Amino acid sequence: MGLLFVLPAALYVAVFQLGPVLYGLVLSFSSYSPISRDGPSFIGWDNYAAIVNDAEFGQAMLVTGRYVLQVLPITVAIALGLAILSNRTFRGVGLFRTGLYVPHVVSLTAVSMIWLWMYSDVGLVNLVLDALGQPGQRWLTTESGALNAVSAMRIWKALGSNMVLLLAGLQTVPKDLYEAARMDGANAWQQFRAVTLPGIRPMLTYVIVMDIIYLAQGFAEIFVLTQGGPYGTTTTVNYLIYTEAFQYNQMGSASAMAFVLFAFIAALTIVALRAGQGRRS
Amino acid sequence: MLGIRRRRRPTWPRVVMLAAVTAAVLLPFWWMISLAFTPEGHSVRFIPEQPTVENFQIAVQAANLDTAFANSTLVTVVAVLTNCTVPVIAGYSFAHLPFRGSKPLFYVLLSTVAIPVSVTLIPLFLMARHFPLAGGNDLLGAGGSGLLDSVGGLMLPYLVGTMNIFLSRQYFAGMDRGFAEAARIDGASELRTFAQIYLPMAKPLLALVAVFSFTGVWDDFLWPLVVSASERSVTVQLAITTFAASGNVRYGALMAATILVTLPVLVVFLVNQRSFISGLAEGGIKG
Repeated sequence: MGLLFVLPAALYVAVFQLGPVLYGLVLSFSSYSPISRDGPSFIGWDNYAAIVNDAEFGQAMLVTGRYVLQVLPITVAIALGLAILSNRTFRGVGLFRTGLYVPHVVSLTAVSMIWLWMYSDVGLVNLVLDALGQPGQRWLTTESGALNAVSAMRIWKALGSNMVLLLAGLQTVPKDLYEAARMDGANAWQQFRAVTLPGIRPMLTYVIVMDIIYLAQGFAEIFVLTQGGPYGTTTTVNYLIYTEAFQYNQMGSASAMAFVLFAFIAALTIVALRAGQGRRS
Repeated sequence: MLGIRRRRRPTWPRVVMLAAVTAAVLLPFWWMISLAFTPEGHSVRFIPEQPTVENFQIAVQAANLDTAFANSTLVTVVAVLTNCTVPVIAGYSFAHLPFRGSKPLFYVLLSTVAIPVSVTLIPLFLMARHFPLAGGNDLLGAGGSGLLDSVGGLMLPYLVGTMNIFLSRQYFAGMDRGFAEAARIDGASELRTFAQIYLPMAKPLLALVAVFSFTGVWDDFLWPLVVSASERSVTVQLAITTFAASGNVRYGALMAATILVTLPVLVVFLVNQRSFISGLAEGGIKG
């Protein structure tokens, strides 16, 4: 009976999740263009070999890695600070939590529209600089600055969800541990190191892993804000996969790129999980 | 607490700091609204001097928003309905009706949560194109365009969220099995036991699944971008990006379009924020 109830969901996941993974794996060892009459033809490791030597793909990996590594620590640090601040019941605290969470609910495309204007020549950032007597800048079209501009938006967007999760983690830390630490004469920083951090470790690890998974797949914000430019300096792997598959019709090599990205995300995740387990065990 | 309660430090410094950060985070939205109500050609102010709704009229006409809203609404409603039934009953079974191999099956299903979208994107696209008996295809999926550029194609990957199977199992595992025993003695079928006893007690779960599905599907961009080829299957997120890319960007109208597209998720979120935020945290603690 139980099997019967599970069957519809299991079949769907098998056909539309697991099936595509296997199909994609086969494609990654094939050469296939959907506009040609021929089906996929098997070419062994050629796609992977080509990717390794592809400067464009190498750059995309570096961009993706840098994107993750520069958004993640800042987001988590600020979010943790906000979580600690709001980990106290007082009138209106719910209002702050809700307000901070709003950017997470609004779609990436929609928030990117807002930042597209903010970063434009006549946008908010330049208006503020102008009011301060500083010259405006072209935020999204300089090679050195575009990725940082996109990163700032992603930090802003991820703050709320990170904060809510970390707050839930903070609330699982037993209050009497703080009491005991205070009795031992621990100051605020020592309490944070000895009680808070170990207490929220599982949640902190979860938050970091989720951030890695989301950030390493950055696409919509790149599509709207920079189209991968200038000169590929904001082309993430996901953006490259999209252009490779749907503009150049190279479904085989795009699939290979997707699996390399998968391996990259898995590796980062494992590192984060290992670090999260730490010396505690 | 034993009468030695520590004097609480005053809360006002945290209130001030939190208020400042919250205001800073919400500031871009304020400017978006101001810009949307500012007439074309006027410079934007914190509060528009001569507020107008003409940007909204331009947005609705120029950005194909009516078709986009119809499509997105249909796709989202269908996905919410399927997600509130199929994965929920599966999760219930995993929690209360274990069968041979149900544990490994559960973990296999759960593992798909970690698969990046780009891995399944291309295969799903090809599967949609070769969907049997759709869009001029024959039984083997050849000859036509399949589900590409259709509302059916838009729905394809959203119907059963793996995360919802997991959330449902967690939720029902926390409920007493005793109700089912009592129902069985009374001769109720398993389906009736689920539908009439457990499901009515699972309203918070259904609210959570519905809100997650709603925002996830409404906000998705990459899949519609790949599947849609014309106005016929445009979605709200596609409509605003196409509008933004159509030559000279008029930011006022663009912001108006963005506001319209964002309102439904914002309303759904604000109405259900309690279950949404606590559910998000719960998934994190238990996961």
